[in-house]
Amino acid sequence: MILFNYLIFPGFLFSAIVGLLSGWVDRKVTARLQWRVGPPWYQNFVDILKLSGKEIILPERSKITFLFSPFLGLLSLVLAATMLGKAVIFPFQGSLGDLIVVIYLLTIPAIALILGASSSGNPLASIGVSREMKLLLAYELPFILSIIAVIVKNAGALQLGQILGYQMNFGSNIASISGVLAFLAALLCVQAKLGFVPFDAPEAEQEIMGGVLIEYSGLPLAVFKLSKAILLYVAALLLIVLFMGKDLSPLFISLKFIAILVLIILIKNTNPRLRIDQIMRFFWGPVTALAFIAVVLAMLGL
Amino acid sequence: MNIKLKSLTKSIWVFHAACSPCNNCDIEILDLLTPRHDLERLGMVLVGSVRHADALLVTGVPNYKTRERLKMLYAQAPKPCLVLAIGSCACGRIMFKDSYNSPCPVDEVVPVDVYIPGCPPKPEAIIAGVAKLIAKIEKAA
Repeated sequence: MILFNYLIFPGFLFSAIVGLLSGWVDRKVTARLQWRVGPPWYQNFVDILKLSGKEIILPERSKITFLFSPFLGLLSLVLAATMLGKAVIFPFQGSLGDLIVVIYLLTIPAIALILGASSSGNPLASIGVSREMKLLLAYELPFILSIIAVIVKNAGALQLGQILGYQMNFGSNIASISGVLAFLAALLCVQAKLGFVPFDAPEAEQEIMGGVLIEYSGLPLAVFKLSKAILLYVAALLLIVLFMGKDLSPLFISLKFIAILVLIILIKNTNPRLRIDQIMRFFWGPVTALAFIAVVLAMLGL
Repeated sequence: MNIKLKSLTKSIWVFHAACSPCNNCDIEILDLLTPRHDLERLGMVLVGSVRHADALLVTGVPNYKTRERLKMLYAQAPKPCLVLAIGSCACGRIMFKDSYNSPCPVDEVVPVDVYIPGCPPKPEAIIAGVAKLIAKIEKAA
C-alpha cells in the first residue's frame, strides 16, 4: 500500500502527470499572453520522452555525483508529494511533525541541483550554482517565517492533518489578515523555489546559457525537467494545504490549484528577471518583513 | 527506436550556431520565434546550451576559426543531432567560395540534413524546410 501510494496515486505517476499538465498550462498561457498559439497539451510529455531517448554525456570526473543528484531531487520531491497527497485524502493519519519533513524535503531538489551542477566542472554552471545557493538562502527565511505564521495561527499544529482540521473548523487561514500577508510572502517564495522568471537568475538562458543545467543532457536532464514539473504541483498543493484548507472536495481543490497556478503564471509573465543581489535584497527586506508582520499578527490572533 | 524518433519530431530543441554570418539569416530565425510564426506550436524551442539541443541551425560561411568551433559544437551535442544549413552561404558559400578566409562549406564540416537556400530565406521557407526534415525522420523511423 505504501509502495502504491509512493509510486502511483498521490505519489510519482499522479504528481508527474498533474505537474506536466500544469507545466503545459504555464507554457500555453504564456504563449497566449504573448499573442502566440502555444504548444499542444502533450508537449511536456513528448519533451520528457524525447530527452530520455537521447545520448547521455558525462563529465570526465565525478560521473556518479553528476548522475545521482537528479534522482536524489526527484525521489525527495515524490516523497513530499506522497505525504501532502495522503494528508489531503486522510487528514488524520499523518505522523507528528510531517510539516517539518515536507519543508526539508522541498529544499533537497535545490541542493541536488547545486551538487550536480558543481560536479560538472563547467564555469557557467558554477556561476549558476553560486546564484542558486544565494537564492536558496534568500527565500528560505521568509518561507519558513510564513509557515510559522500558519503554525502560530493554528494553535501550534505541526501536523498537516491538524492544520487542515483546524481550517475545516475555523475557516481558511487566508481569510484573516495574517493569513493574507503570509500567503503573499509564501507565494513569492514558491515562485523563487520554482525558479520562475523574476527569480530565475540561476538558470538565465540568455545570460549564462541554462546555468546549472548547462552540462546536462538526455535522461538526467529529463529527470530535472520532471522534478521541476512535480515541484510546481507540490508547491501549489502545499500552499492550498497551508492557506486554503477549508473545503478539500476534488472540485474545490482543483479550482484552488488553478487559481494558484494562474497567480504564479501572471507573476512570471509580468516581471523581468532580477539580478541576484536584487533578489536577495527583495527577499531579506520586504518579503521577510511581510512574513514577520504576519507572524506578529498571528500571535495577536488576527 | 521508433518511439524515440517519433518524439524527436514533435519536440526539436534548436541551438543557434552562427558561423560568421551577416546576421540576416539570424534575424529571420528570430522571426520564427515571434508571435507571427511561433515555432513553439510545433514544439521547437531555442535553447542556450548545446547539450540540450536536438538540431543545430547553422548560418554563414565557416572561416578558419568558426570551422573548428562548429566541429566542436557538433561533437558536444548529444546524438541524434540534426543539422540545418540556413541561407545560401551555409548551403554553398555563394560569392565567398574563392575567398581567402573560406576553407570549406558547412557540409564538409558536419553532416547537413536539410539545406534551406535564400539570402536570407523567408521564415515560411525555413518552416517548410523543417517540415521536410520531420518527414525525412519519420520515413527513417
